Amino acid sequence: MEILRSGLLQRALLEVVILGATCGALGVWLLHLRHTYAAESLAHAMLPGLVIAALVGAPLLLGAAGGVLVAAALIALAARDTRVGPEIAVGVTVTTAFGLGAVLALAPDVPARLGELLFGDLLGTSTSDLVAACALGTCVGLALCAGHRSLTATVFDPVAAPSLGVRPGRVDLALLILLALAVVAAVQGLGNLLVLALIVAPAAAAIRLGRTVGAQITLAAGLGALAGLLGLVASAELDTAAGASVALAAIALWLIAALLAPGAPQATGGRRSLVEILVS
Amino acid sequence: MSAASAAAASGVQVQDLSASYGSAAIALREVTFTATGGQAVAVLGPNGGGKTTLFRALLGELEATTGSVTVHGTIAYVPQTERSRLDFPVSALDVALMGAYGRTPWFRRITAGDRAAARAALERVDLADRAGTRFGALSGGQRQRVLIARALVQDAHVLLLDEPFAGVDRTSEEAIMGILAGLRAEGRVLLIATHDVEQARGWDRVLCLAGAQIAYGPPAETLTNAVLEGTYGEEIVMLDCGHRAVAIQHHSH
Repeated sequence: MEILRSGLLQRALLEVVILGATCGALGVWLLHLRHTYAAESLAHAMLPGLVIAALVGAPLLLGAAGGVLVAAALIALAARDTRVGPEIAVGVTVTTAFGLGAVLALAPDVPARLGELLFGDLLGTSTSDLVAACALGTCVGLALCAGHRSLTATVFDPVAAPSLGVRPGRVDLALLILLALAVVAAVQGLGNLLVLALIVAPAAAAIRLGRTVGAQITLAAGLGALAGLLGLVASAELDTAAGASVALAAIALWLIAALLAPGAPQATGGRRSLVEILVS
Repeated sequence: MSAASAAAASGVQVQDLSASYGSAAIALREVTFTATGGQAVAVLGPNGGGKTTLFRALLGELEATTGSVTVHGTIAYVPQTERSRLDFPVSALDVALMGAYGRTPWFRRITAGDRAAARAALERVDLADRAGTRFGALSGGQRQRVLIARALVQDAHVLLLDEPFAGVDRTSEEAIMGILAGLRAEGRVLLIATHDVEQARGWDRVLCLAGAQIAYGPPAETLTNAVLEGTYGEEIVMLDCGHRAVAIQHHSH
């Protein structure tokens, strides 16, 4: 198979398998905590920051953090107006940020590679991208192991969690920081838009199939890696866009899980977005 | 924990307590009561009357605006079972083990001793055979008993029970009453938030709250028509020429 002989594809394969496994495991907790909408919003809100960082040659992580902070400040400001409210404030701010990021990234006089921030370029994976993915995987893995009990208590009953010595606000914040790191690490390979597929779809499939949280996390990591492998092989064989093929492979795995376990429990209720409707 | 140690250690003292949420208006005013080991106190009042505020202040989650709260011994909160995530894949044993989270640092595994304590607690609430059952698959009464088992794993001297009989069938209610009687006999302090005026007559003390303390004392002295009307206002219906009272509650959950 060509994918095993080409150094370019080998690197892309390693990158997407690491990212798939990491995003899958992280996604299980994001879905259980009903943070899908937050994940979607966070990824979109950081786009202008990513693009500006890429334009001026600053670290992407710095740009992402700046983008999120500016979006958070704008949301807080808009939400203070009682005629607007928090729901509309999030919707308007995130859409504005994403639109602004897309305009900057796709403008004719900016370098062509900035468009990759939207849809990714797996085949352009560099050694530093691989190092970033490995660092992210290690960081997320350690954090999820260390925080397993806190996450469990927070999901089970956030109101009672403080009486068990757990602070749900800190747990939420830590998880959203991990999410931001994952989006930044994956943006080169999968793009700001498609990375959500690897965070949501394998986790949604695993939640349908796994009987314990541990099993769901293991399964989501495996399915994320598998989606990366299948998507990249399909991309090489069919000459399709790599990032989009990986995203479609992840959705296909979720569809198979939904068919295999149609009546299985699924994280429900709370805030819903387009992505969340997909997983329900 | 032995019965003797629980009796010696447990107690709650609340003096002139007022509490609020941030800069919002005072949610609870002028609460003063003492509960000693082995006492069960019914905390009676309408929704928004301050029962949750009092529990949060006792748990240390809410700072007193004025006054003081002193809790002798470990305190545990037993929430309403409907508020737990029933679709989350944790077993009854997993939930009981959450009682050990507070004393287990993040870098340590749950000890074999705590696992044994969780199994013993489930056995005590007569659910040893359901240890591996998914929490969401249990009945309302069984879930409530698992949450009490979790408080036992916390080794709690003082238990704050938030409407433990809400949504529970008669058989489970009797089972829970039996468990609570056992905990009282061991010298633990029980504070039971409830809407059931008739059930409150069966506990040692009654604390009536309606934004402020209306009354505190033995049921016979506290549950008078005047106090109940002061607590519930229009939301109380007197039956049997004032010998029985029913609180009309509008649940938001």
